[in-house]
Amino acid sequence: MRILVFGCGRTGAALARGMARRGHDVTVVERDPSNLQRLGHDHNCATIVGDGLDEAVLEQAGVENADAFVACTRGDNTNLMAAQLAQIRYKVPKVCVKVNDPQRSHTFTKLGMFCITPNLLTAGMMRDWLLEQEFLPVAEYNKLENGD
Amino acid sequence: MYVVIVGGGKVGTYLTRRLLKEGKEVLLIERDRSQYKSLHDQFGDAVMWGDGCEASTQSEAGFQRADVVAAVTGEDEDNLIVCQMAKNEFGVSRTVARVNDPTHTWLFQKLGVTATVSATDVLYSLIEQEILLGKVIPLAAVKLGNMEVVEASLTSRSACIGRRVRDLNLPKKTNIVWLMRGDEGTTVDGDTEFQAGDLIVALVPVEAEAEFRSLL
Repeated sequence: MRILVFGCGRTGAALARGMARRGHDVTVVERDPSNLQRLGHDHNCATIVGDGLDEAVLEQAGVENADAFVACTRGDNTNLMAAQLAQIRYKVPKVCVKVNDPQRSHTFTKLGMFCITPNLLTAGMMRDWLLEQEFLPVAEYNKLENGD
Repeated sequence: MYVVIVGGGKVGTYLTRRLLKEGKEVLLIERDRSQYKSLHDQFGDAVMWGDGCEASTQSEAGFQRADVVAAVTGEDEDNLIVCQMAKNEFGVSRTVARVNDPTHTWLFQKLGVTATVSATDVLYSLIEQEILLGKVIPLAAVKLGNMEVVEASLTSRSACIGRRVRDLNLPKKTNIVWLMRGDEGTTVDGDTEFQAGDLIVALVPVEAEAEFRSLL
């Protein structure tokens, strides 16, 4: 699979390394070159320093032939915009986006975007572990609100 | 009419001042605390402190009854998401976004933002026009109907000097709406004869602009 990862924070770096180790063709796009150090020295990913909202950068990263696009920078709006560019402009078949704000996650899930909301996912999985329940599909955790 | 503006930089501040002056109900949302304070000194309760991208702020700001939401921050991603939240969560029918990178305009329009304004695009076309011909300047692009408002200064070398409007064979749907001669402004009809030094304002379909230009 040709996968493009935008954002080399902890999430992006772990995903990129994991996919590359399994033999996938990974390109990481990151605005801040120092963040690329998170990939370590022995990684097998292509890296591009640039803004994933810039079409020229995305095209350089091969968005037109990508099978998957993952947006996991710190900014919800940045992620949502980049993901929509990939999905609508470049017709990337699989698009996944990290959205911290539950409300925005909810809105864009309704619009057909696959969103993962880390804090809800963590809280929900902790709850299920404590209650010795089976873990649920991601979409179920995204629906959780405070106190549910 | 209730207008909510997100982003209290220069554009948002100017818009707010102007809309308040015209007696409109306006709310300006600014995220930065110190900028908010200085705006509050100017506009009082017409300014709200908060993150205009967050649903709780949007709800508190009354997005649900807003006639227009204008997102004019310096960040395209913020402007896009504000407009999408306004449209999809609060049913705002008219959303306006400032687009800083003109290549993003396509996406904004595709995602249902009602109107986009890109200063870069306007400046670029001004520069391009200046370089190419130096005489026809687009004043505004009227997106609906693909029309442009253009201004042209006529010189003694202009092809239309001494000719009447009816003899010009203007492109379809083109209308010369105003003529400035010295300090006098008048409307234009078929018998108007052009002189060197005239300044004209015309409404032209975008695709006919080159043809219109060639007549002048």
